[in-house]
Amino acid sequence: MSEARRDNTSMGRQGGGLHRGGPGGALGRPVEKAKDFKKTLKRLLGYLKPYKVNLIVVLIFAIVGMGFTIAAPKISGKAMNKLADGYKAGMVLNQISEQQKSMQQQIKLQMQKSQQLKGNAQAQQNPETIKAIQEIMTLPQLDKVEDPQQKAEIVKKFIDLGKKMPDSQQKMNMSQEQIDDILRAIKETGGKIDFTFIGHIMIVLLGFYLLSSVFTFTMQFVMSTVAQRTVYSMRKDVDSKLPKLPLKYFDSRTHGEILSRVTNDIDTISTTLQQSLTQLITSIVQIVGYIIMMLTISPILTLIVLATLPLYIFSTVFVAKRSQKYFAAQQKELGQLSGHVEEMYTGHKIVKAFGHEKESIEKFSAINDRLHEAGWKAQFVSGIMFPLMNFVSNLGYVLISVVGGLWVTKNRLQIGDITAFIQYSRSFTMPIVQTANIANIIQSTVACAERVFEVLDEPEEIPDSPNAKVIEYPKGEVKFENVKFSYKESEPLIEDMSIDVKQGHTIAIVGPTGAGKTTLVNLLMRFYEIGGGKITIDGVDIRDIKRGDLRSMFGMVLQDTWLFNGTIRDNIAYGREGATEEEIIRAAKAAHADHFIRTLPDGYNTILNEEATNISQGQKQLLTIARAILADPTILILDEATSSVDTRTEVLIQKAMANLMKDRTSFVIAHRLSTIRDAELILVMNHGSIIEMGNHKELLAKGGFYADLYNSQFTGANLESSAV
Amino acid sequence: MIRLFKFLKPFKVFIACVLVLVFFQTLADLYLPTLMSDIVDKGIMKGDTNYIWKMGGFMLLIAAGGTICAIIATFLSSKAAMGLGTILRSKVFNRVESYSLHEFDKLGTSTLITRTTNDITQIQTVTMIIMRMMVSAPMMAIGGIVLAFLKDKYLTLVFAVAIPVLAGAITLLAIKGMPLFKLMQVKLDKINLVLRENLTGIRVVRAFNRIDHEQARFEEANIDLTNNYIKVNRIMAFLMPALMLIMNITSVAILWFGSLRIDNGDMQMGALIAFTQYAMQIMYSMLMVSMMFIMVPRAQAAAVRINEVLDTTPGISDAAEIKEANEKRGFLEFKNVTFSYHGAEQPALSNITFSAKPGEVTAIIGGTGSGKSTLVNLIPRFYDVDSGSVLVDGVDVREMLQEALRSKIGFVPQKAVLFSGTIAHNIRYGKVEATDEEIRHAAEVAQAKEFISEMSSGFEHEIAQGGINISGGQKQRLSIARVLVRKPEIYIFDDSFSALDFKTDAKLRAALKNETADATVLIVAQRVGTVMDADRIIVLDEGQIAGMGTHRELLNSCEVYREIVSSQLSEEELA
Repeated sequence: MSEARRDNTSMGRQGGGLHRGGPGGALGRPVEKAKDFKKTLKRLLGYLKPYKVNLIVVLIFAIVGMGFTIAAPKISGKAMNKLADGYKAGMVLNQISEQQKSMQQQIKLQMQKSQQLKGNAQAQQNPETIKAIQEIMTLPQLDKVEDPQQKAEIVKKFIDLGKKMPDSQQKMNMSQEQIDDILRAIKETGGKIDFTFIGHIMIVLLGFYLLSSVFTFTMQFVMSTVAQRTVYSMRKDVDSKLPKLPLKYFDSRTHGEILSRVTNDIDTISTTLQQSLTQLITSIVQIVGYIIMMLTISPILTLIVLATLPLYIFSTVFVAKRSQKYFAAQQKELGQLSGHVEEMYTGHKIVKAFGHEKESIEKFSAINDRLHEAGWKAQFVSGIMFPLMNFVSNLGYVLISVVGGLWVTKNRLQIGDITAFIQYSRSFTMPIVQTANIANIIQSTVACAERVFEVLDEPEEIPDSPNAKVIEYPKGEVKFENVKFSYKESEPLIEDMSIDVKQGHTIAIVGPTGAGKTTLVNLLMRFYEIGGGKITIDGVDIRDIKRGDLRSMFGMVLQDTWLFNGTIRDNIAYGREGATEEEIIRAAKAAHADHFIRTLPDGYNTILNEEATNISQGQKQLLTIARAILADPTILILDEATSSVDTRTEVLIQKAMANLMKDRTSFVIAHRLSTIRDAELILVMNHGSIIEMGNHKELLAKGGFYADLYNSQFTGANLESSAV
Repeated sequence: MIRLFKFLKPFKVFIACVLVLVFFQTLADLYLPTLMSDIVDKGIMKGDTNYIWKMGGFMLLIAAGGTICAIIATFLSSKAAMGLGTILRSKVFNRVESYSLHEFDKLGTSTLITRTTNDITQIQTVTMIIMRMMVSAPMMAIGGIVLAFLKDKYLTLVFAVAIPVLAGAITLLAIKGMPLFKLMQVKLDKINLVLRENLTGIRVVRAFNRIDHEQARFEEANIDLTNNYIKVNRIMAFLMPALMLIMNITSVAILWFGSLRIDNGDMQMGALIAFTQYAMQIMYSMLMVSMMFIMVPRAQAAAVRINEVLDTTPGISDAAEIKEANEKRGFLEFKNVTFSYHGAEQPALSNITFSAKPGEVTAIIGGTGSGKSTLVNLIPRFYDVDSGSVLVDGVDVREMLQEALRSKIGFVPQKAVLFSGTIAHNIRYGKVEATDEEIRHAAEVAQAKEFISEMSSGFEHEIAQGGINISGGQKQRLSIARVLVRKPEIYIFDDSFSALDFKTDAKLRAALKNETADATVLIVAQRVGTVMDADRIIVLDEGQIAGMGTHRELLNSCEVYREIVSSQLSEEELA
């Protein structure tokens, strides 16, 4: 309940700030730090620049809005004072008026008695007392007097006289300060609660609260637009950066890593801008405002409140230090648990096949137990932060109640001052905790921003040359001249490769996995830049052609079938912008995809789900082939294009493609040698270089690597002796 | 959600203690303003300094007591909530491990992973919050109202107006905001989708020169998301100041009506101060309770997903009466087997009958979707047949202990799956007690020795999760070695040479021949070259046996086989 208590006072009075997540939420957790905090922060702030005016408005509104709420307790304290004065004065007046009556009664009785005893009593009383008694008798009845001044006079006299009465039963048990205070109260209020005054204050208060709400609302409203627009342009920047990055960047990173920068990291920035920034502003305004207000009430009580601050810091540091350790341990175990679960679930078939369920469960239990151990400790240690803070807050509350209470009795403070002060001091803790919290949040946000900026700072592809050439009617003659290439500088992959491809030829590339077959495609389409030599199409260096123009000369079908979340029609149409329905169907027919598409319940309108699991791998390949056919390219690249299609369908496709490939230059990469027998040129690659070159017959006759490879598919078991 | 809480049973005592402690803590928090009001009425108003000191000390004790209660409650609730998470995780994981492939197909692997990890963590967090805050909020609200009522009956009427207004405001905004909140997730998913597609398809996007198109898609999703965010945040921007205003007006109202009552002599000064503080506690508790409406539905969704896992019973479990199959070794028989996948219109396999015995190689060939993999998946009882029976060593697989059945089988799946750990560890997966020599031998036969020795730490080379640091062909060879070390009665190779080039494929098969001489071997393949030498080739076409026999026999008798062969070999090779 700890926070409830603390928040409650702050929510009630400070009136601003979204307290999502609660205070101390991030305090116990490890904070990620940016490498270069200052620079990144500066750059992040740069994104806010277009909204300078809005931000100034936010700042002003925050200060003004907060100002109203900060002033409110002091004003309501005034009402409280007035109320207390009237109440107190009324109470004392009633009391004294009662006393006056009863005393007068008594004196009358005594006088009657003394008259009977004659002189006897007279002698016993000293003259001063008699004088006092006489004066009391002459005082006007208190409840008959209307004028507050006069009332105060009477009370004063009555109290003074009362002191002189030694045997007075109802002696006033008050200090001089209290008597002065009461007399003042009586003078001011006449023993009545001044509803006109209180009413005025109420109206002022309502006005203040209303204004404060309006200002806070406006601030948040403006800020929501600023924050989201900022984040919007950040996302946009990253997205327009990505197409400019070379493929090397994407190949060397996991998708998850890049994705997380654009989504999670930017989302964190968005939340911080939206919530934490306004919170920071309001918190600082509150801290300063509260201190000022408290000082105007009582500098010494303010000191008491400030004295509790080190206790906050101490308890926070105490808790944070320990909990960070446990959170880190929890995170580690959680990571291991997720890893194990992922492995066991994805490998479920194997776990079953080898009967390893028991071991899997045992390992899980062990991690689970460790996670439990770390988890409850992390929760507990971070959880005691709230009670501790609440205790410190209550400590301040009690101190103020006591010290303030004592001072009120000494007339050095008024009751309304204490009520206001309690409100201030309790509200005071909230922004302090928040500021500490936000300091952490800002740190991790800057770390997020840094990761985003890292993407923006990545070196881009060499820009297209300004006087790029356009091949109007490409023929598709491709030439590699002394091409050099390596993915890593230390490991040269292709050294001095030269090929000459004539229009309409089919070039097959074969070789074991990792021989560099796909590398060739990467170079041809200029996904990667070559290290030396040059590649030309129709005699033009590909570096002199715009990337877009270059790539639109190619039609590509890859082993890994990429389709997007959309209809089959749209996926095929991706091959060429503005393709007609008829063309799409023709392409699908050519790729032998039309039949299976029509057997699907929604036909061409079937929506492929995110992982495209609603059609088989082979069917996906057919769609990608249809897409390439539709593109109607000059040069075709088929990289294991039919690997998941069964061989009979493959033959059909090949027939279709033979038509397609007739006048086109095509590069075919394949495992199945049957696919490539008819190629004009077969490149046999191993370890990144071409080791044999020629057509099928020539290569077989040569009896080298290719012949070996080719024969092995039939000889099967008998290969042992001839193995290289 | 409630159903999951039954797993909290072991923590019954803990939770009871938490409730009591939170109650005391709430009491302590509520008692402080009461004491404060006493200080005002009896101490300050009467100028009794001793009383003020005495009460101050008492307040300090109460505050300390409340803090101690809170700390113990935190301790117990952390233990209970984390304990619940631990128990749930263990239950879910155990259940999933007992699933057959059918349940995996039905639920999906990725959601099962989320259910075991994220969903349970969510339940755990919400349980913690419920125990730490949600329990005390209603107590605080009710306690506050009771105390306020005791202090002054008539002034409590202010709440009769304030609470419904507050509740109304929260409900109104919740109704307006909830759909937008839900939409936010949808739009966030959308932008993620576009981006992920752009990353996975980067070559295609660039090859087809569709960068502008993709940028437009992203822009659309980006604007959509931004606008939704702005809408949600505007509602939130309205919510807080509105709630503050309601609370502040309430406190002003209390001050005003309280003054009137004091004037009439119905109420004392201190009571008014305490009352104002109670009011704030009540209102704040209301806010907390309203948060429950946001938190609980989210956890509820997670709970439903977890319950679905716990409610799904494995379709395949060991029979009540177990038959042992120790008499024969390596005999496999399919008798009129028909099988269809759940929800499929057509059976994936129909009327399959064949048998195989030790020393024989049976090859299965056929087009995509002809049921090859399905057939071999029935042998280790990954699925149960619809009709007919699969017999291993003369016993129906459904009557055997699953563990005993699978220990007879060496299964190499189409998609090689390796686990994180060393290469040796992965091969040893096939036989836990395998010696280093056995492992080395298995690797050699599987043609994996060469690439293993090229690695810096050889057999101790660490394989990353999912085997991403080695190639597909290497993975396949290791998964073959894993089976070889097992020395099973029946080998099943489910298209497991596909990532190998022809040469390695041929060498591997040659080496395998000696190794598997006494065992029954089943090979699923697409390449004719792989199956040509088999003792028996089964040609599958649309789930039915289109032909069975040796290569020669089939060339003469089976049209489908001939088509397959001619698609791969040229005329002269056919002859």
